[in-house]
Amino acid sequence: MTIMRLVILDNYDLASEWAAKYICNRIIQFKPGQDKYFTLGLPTGLPRNHPESYHSYMWNNFFKHIDIDPNNAHILDGNAADLQAECDAFEKKIKEAGGIDLFVGGIGPDGHIAFNEPGSSLVSRTRLKTLAMDTILANAKYFDGDLSKVPTMALTVGVGTVMDAREVMILITGAHKAFALYKAIEEGVNHMWTVSAFQQHPQTIFVCDEDATLELRVKTVKYFKGLMHVHNKLVEPLHSMKEGN
Amino acid sequence: MRGGQGTAGARVLRFTNCRILRGGALLREDLWVRGGRVLDPEKLFFEERRVADELRDCGGCILAPGFIDVQINGGFGVDFSQAADDVGSGVDLVAQRILAHGVTAFCPTLVTSPPEVYQKVLPQIPVKPGGPHGAGVLGVHLEGPFISREKRGAHPEDHLRSFEARAFQDVLATYGPLDNVCMVTLAPELSRSPEVIRALTARGIRVSLGHSVADLRAAEEAVQSGATFITHLFNAMLPFHHRDPGIVGLLTSDRLPPGHHIFYGMISDGIHTNPAALRIAHRAHPQGLVLVTDAVPALGLGNGRHTLGQQEVEVDGLTAYVAGTRTLCGSISPMDVCVRHFLQASGCNLESALEAASLHPAQLLGLEKHKGTLDFGADAVILYKSHPTPVSWPALDARGVRVPHWRPHPSPWLRHRLCGAG
Repeated sequence: MTIMRLVILDNYDLASEWAAKYICNRIIQFKPGQDKYFTLGLPTGLPRNHPESYHSYMWNNFFKHIDIDPNNAHILDGNAADLQAECDAFEKKIKEAGGIDLFVGGIGPDGHIAFNEPGSSLVSRTRLKTLAMDTILANAKYFDGDLSKVPTMALTVGVGTVMDAREVMILITGAHKAFALYKAIEEGVNHMWTVSAFQQHPQTIFVCDEDATLELRVKTVKYFKGLMHVHNKLVEPLHSMKEGN
Repeated sequence: MRGGQGTAGARVLRFTNCRILRGGALLREDLWVRGGRVLDPEKLFFEERRVADELRDCGGCILAPGFIDVQINGGFGVDFSQAADDVGSGVDLVAQRILAHGVTAFCPTLVTSPPEVYQKVLPQIPVKPGGPHGAGVLGVHLEGPFISREKRGAHPEDHLRSFEARAFQDVLATYGPLDNVCMVTLAPELSRSPEVIRALTARGIRVSLGHSVADLRAAEEAVQSGATFITHLFNAMLPFHHRDPGIVGLLTSDRLPPGHHIFYGMISDGIHTNPAALRIAHRAHPQGLVLVTDAVPALGLGNGRHTLGQQEVEVDGLTAYVAGTRTLCGSISPMDVCVRHFLQASGCNLESALEAASLHPAQLLGLEKHKGTLDFGADAVILYKSHPTPVSWPALDARGVRVPHWRPHPSPWLRHRLCGAG
């Protein structure tokens, strides 16, 4: 089924919770097992000079809370000797894992997905990317507001890489993302707003809060809000691994 | 060789469903241990790509670093200041029994004694790591004999000494070799004390000020010479006076070497210090507060007469007096009771109370990299503070100790009054 869903929740917490439940259900419905891995893709923007910070972020916010085998966690290594080889190897790992089942990402205020900045090719693959000023400014808060410390380059999955995923989920919250969301779904596919590429993806879901919809047409918002009873069937009932499946 | 991450081959233990004391806060985090050291799980995950070998559910308990007691004169009938032939077994007994109070490392303390006693006893108390057998010995604390006559408290007058004649040579002549010594309490008003302090500090021995009539000026000079601790604040020193705060004034002195602050011991048994005084000290300088027991051999024994150094003491309830007088001579409250009392009396949070008995003494002794914390790389010496309903589980790997079930108790302060010099 080819579909674009726009799921609108009242606030950041509710949007986060809805997304989490959705992912949970998707994984369980997939019935993963010993030889059947569910491949979850997350944006990997590894700042080149700070190998610790992204690992710390992923550890503290995700890995330490789950029981994943460390060998199944793949993060691009910004300190690799040959960065292009590192990126190619990453693409290969995705292929070997059978492709990404679900890619989860957010967008920047400039409409980028992962670090695919405005002007990125819509068929790009994993590569080294120079960051746009907007992104550098947004990242400054992780470096005590010191712009000189913020990395200017990052390794990132490409738009093409994400388009290959079987399903894509984009999380968009906050008023500062509203214009990007408008460009992403109400205007055309455009490499200046790379997330718009997903209009051509067979299965995309955008999860956002009220504030993120501020630049959309009232008609669009009303239409998708009217579909919430259908959307909510995706998260209720919330399945559990303990059920006899 | 144990590196920061413990021996690579050893089993990895993961304590979960707990709150750990780290960085001054009780965090909802798992504690990972390998080879007796606290492990960084992030490094384990990304660099070694390993998970835990064993998971232990702590049932919501608090995990805290083991307590460190830097002033304890004996206990359970053992008197460290007695010149015995087998001091070692007495130290071992105390080390084993104080584990139940949560103390996992301590400084056996010798009170003012004649030189023969020091020279016989000191060589028998080497520094020793702790384990399930007992708390570790961090070094001996020598309290006296270079102290003030007027403020000797329970110390025997006959054996007081000065180092006026030959300064550090007098010190060596009295104690003998200082290899096993980690701290010396002295009175800074004694002539030539700055030299002596410098000589001791140069050997890595902590110098503490106590049993003294020094004014603030002399105390500050002592700190500038290298002293870093105050022995049982308020007790056995001049009372605080607003025009000469005396040793107590060190808590807020602006004449200390830059970047340094003073540590101060407090006996928070509800008897040696009025809770209001405890609060004043704590509020003035919370980072320096070190809880000590100053426990005497009567600790853990019942009411009646027992020996301390060259003197007899009388135990009555939670109070110990010099026999036949109303002079206090040390406490018989175990460390966990002191921590609990401090928590109640000061109104501070649990994190501060726990740090006062673990992190601060470790910092005083310069051991905070490995002791008194649950930071990565530290020795994994852990106390559990159990729920209202105690949960039991198998003994910890090597060094874990179970603190007896904590519950609020009415402070003895309500029932006893401070009598005599203290």
